[in-house]
Amino acid sequence: MKDLYAVAMLAGIYGLLSAAFFVAMDAVDVAITEASVGAGISTLLMFVVITMTGRSESTVRHKPLLALVVVFITGGLLIYGTLDMPYFGATDAPIHTHVAPRYINDSMQEIGVINIVTSVLASYRAFDTFGEVLVIFTAGVGVLALLSVVRRREDDESIDSTNESLHEKHLILRIVSKMLIPFILLFALYVQFHGDFGPGGGFQAGVIFASAIFLYTLLFGLNSARRVINQSFIQLIAALGVLLYGCVGVVSLLNGGNFFDYNMLASDPIAGQHIGILLIEWGIGCTVASVMVIFFFNFAGRHEDQKNAQSEEESKC
Amino acid sequence: MLMGLYNYWVVVVLMMIGFYIVIAHGNLIKKIVGLTIFQTSVFIFYISMSKVDGGTAPILVDGVEVYSNPLPHVLILTAIVVGIATTALALALTVRIKEAYGSIEESDIQNQDNLIQDAHSQDALSKASSTDGSASQDDSSQVKHSGEN
Repeated sequence: MKDLYAVAMLAGIYGLLSAAFFVAMDAVDVAITEASVGAGISTLLMFVVITMTGRSESTVRHKPLLALVVVFITGGLLIYGTLDMPYFGATDAPIHTHVAPRYINDSMQEIGVINIVTSVLASYRAFDTFGEVLVIFTAGVGVLALLSVVRRREDDESIDSTNESLHEKHLILRIVSKMLIPFILLFALYVQFHGDFGPGGGFQAGVIFASAIFLYTLLFGLNSARRVINQSFIQLIAALGVLLYGCVGVVSLLNGGNFFDYNMLASDPIAGQHIGILLIEWGIGCTVASVMVIFFFNFAGRHEDQKNAQSEEESKC
Repeated sequence: MLMGLYNYWVVVVLMMIGFYIVIAHGNLIKKIVGLTIFQTSVFIFYISMSKVDGGTAPILVDGVEVYSNPLPHVLILTAIVVGIATTALALALTVRIKEAYGSIEESDIQNQDNLIQDAHSQDALSKASSTDGSASQDDSSQVKHSGEN
C-alpha cells in the first residue's frame, strides 16, 4: 500500500480490533488503554506526522525476497518453539502457578482493593510502575527537545480569523463535540477514581483525558487549545505527577517502611494502602495525560510553524 | 491436540508481518507502523497466556473462584502507554530527519550521506594531491542537486 494515510487509518482499525480482542481475553483494563491509545492517540500522531512528511511512499523495497526468506525462517523457528508451550487456557500452565495465586488469594486482605490489576500495578509492583512513568516522562522531554518551537505572539490574531471561517465549515462537528467533551473529561475522572473498584486507573484515565483535549484541538485549532491549556503549565503538571509518585515512596521511607511501603502511610495498613494507591494513581494520571498533550501540541505546533514559514516565503516571492 | 497452540501461531504470524515491514520497507513511517504491529503481537502473546478456561476478569466478585492471571495485564497495560511514548519519540525523530534531508526514504538518506562523505574524502584527497579536483567538484554539485530535491 503506497498511500500512508490509508496505512495510518488501517493501523487505527487494527488497534481498535486488538482492544476488542483484549476484552474477549478478560483483560478489561488493557482494553481501555489500547482502545484510546491504539485507535485514538497513535493514529492522530501518525496523521500529523504524515502531513509534514508527505503522503506517498516510493515503491523501492530492499531485497523483498531475501526479507521473506528471513521472515519465514524466523517464523518457522518460533512456531517450532511453541510446540512445548502450555495449551491456550490451560489452568496448570507455569504462569498461573508462580506469584499469581498469591495476588488472587491474598490481595484482598493485604491491599483491600477489589481490582487485582490495580493492586498489583500500584502496590505490589509500584517500583516497576514508577520506572515506567519515568520512561513516559523522559519520552515527553525528548519530544520537547526535538520538536519544540518558540511561539510568536502576533500569530494569534491571524489564527482567530481562520477560526471564524472554520466555525461555519464544521458547525455540526464542533457543536456535537463541544457537548461531548465535558462527558469525556468526566468519564476520564470516573476511570481515574474508579480504578480501585472496577477497570480503570491512572494510565487509562490519562490517555482518555488527553484524547478529549486532542478532539478539542482538532476542531478548534491549536491556538485556542493552547489558550485553554498553557504549554508551560502542562509541562509543570507532567513533572509534578512524577514528583508526587516519588514523594509517596519517600514518605513511606521516612515513616520507617520500605520505598513504596504504603502500610506506613496511616495507622491502619489497609487505609495506608488506599491512600498510597490513590496518590500514585493521581501521579500516573497527571503525567500520562500531560505528556500525551505535550506530544500532540509539539507535533501540531511544528506543522503550523512549517506552514507559516512556507506562506511567508511565498509572500516574499 | 496441536490446535490448542493456535494463539501462539497467530502471535507468530503477526510478529512476522511486523518484522517483514520493518526490514523490507524503506519508508520510515512504514517502519514505525511495522514496529507497532510487532509490539501489539507481543501484547497479544502476554494477554493470551493469562487467559484461564472458565475464568473471568481479575476483579474480585463474590461467588467467582477462577480469575485470569492479573500479572500480564499489569505488564501490558503499562507497556501500551510506554509504547505510544516511544512511538511518539520515533515520529519526532522522523520529522527532524524529514527537515534535515527532505525525505523519509531510507535509500535517499543513505545516498545523501554517501555523497557528503565522498565529497569530504575527495576534498581531503585533493588537498593531499591536487590532481583529483574535478571529481570532487562533480560530487559536491550532486550533493547540492539532491538537496534541492
